[in-house]
Amino acid sequence: MVIIFAILALIILVSSVFAVTSSKMMHIAMYLLFVLASTAGLYFLLDYHFLGVVQLSVYAGGVLTLFIFAILLTNTKGERSEIHGIKRIIPALLAALLGIGVVALAIMKYTFPYADTATANDVVDKEINMEVIGHALMGTEKYQYLLPFEILSVLLLACIIGGILIGRKR
Amino acid sequence: MEKLLDFFNININFDVIPMEWYLVVSTMMFFVGIVGFIIRKNLLAVLISVELVLNAAELNFAVFNRYLYPGALEGMFFSLFGIAIAAAETAVAIAIIINVYRNMNNIDTDSVEQLKH
Repeated sequence: MVIIFAILALIILVSSVFAVTSSKMMHIAMYLLFVLASTAGLYFLLDYHFLGVVQLSVYAGGVLTLFIFAILLTNTKGERSEIHGIKRIIPALLAALLGIGVVALAIMKYTFPYADTATANDVVDKEINMEVIGHALMGTEKYQYLLPFEILSVLLLACIIGGILIGRKR
Repeated sequence: MEKLLDFFNININFDVIPMEWYLVVSTMMFFVGIVGFIIRKNLLAVLISVELVLNAAELNFAVFNRYLYPGALEGMFFSLFGIAIAAAETAVAIAIIINVYRNMNNIDTDSVEQLKH
């Protein structure tokens, strides 16, 4: 478990760093794919199998395809994607290092109230039944999510209309 | 070394993964995304950095749900809806970026400074 986690974490960190520093857009998209797929691996490690599959199909499948098409549509020949000068990079790096330091210190110092015992040892490692997810997604009672689901479908409709409206030729 | 581990409340057990490790990974992903958001010139690369930030947030939802409230499903559903909303947002943003490309012939952040009123 720990070894799998270490491999996935390493892939995530290295790929995300390359995704923001690489100069070719296609490479950036590939690194983003690695990050998203490894995050799906972390979901599988947490036994959220449905969430992992959704992450793979929606993010690594759909969004990434969209990105690749957009890159191909907007790429002028052989142009490299520049990054801002040193005047932007140094404050950004400082802010990020400071942020990582503060947040990591806070996380490490805080003792989380784990569900059953004082440690992480008793994490329930059972898969969530698909039936449970389906009922929770389609029910109208407490802790059930039909209303957000429907609102999300309205949001998707709005996005379709907005996308067509913005993207069409005049 | 032991003092350092005690300071951070770490007791290493190689059978289970502590929750903090996930949180540290997602924190780093989040801040790398922020750095990318600031330093990139290409609008699509900026959008990819935003995806990194969103991905880190969704990972946090799932981790908190699994470790602190393993009987509940709320965090998982928040991640689920977050993924769907992120996909929708990406689609609209890419439509806007393609429109910018049509008007300006490039997608640098500098060239969007002069938007039409």
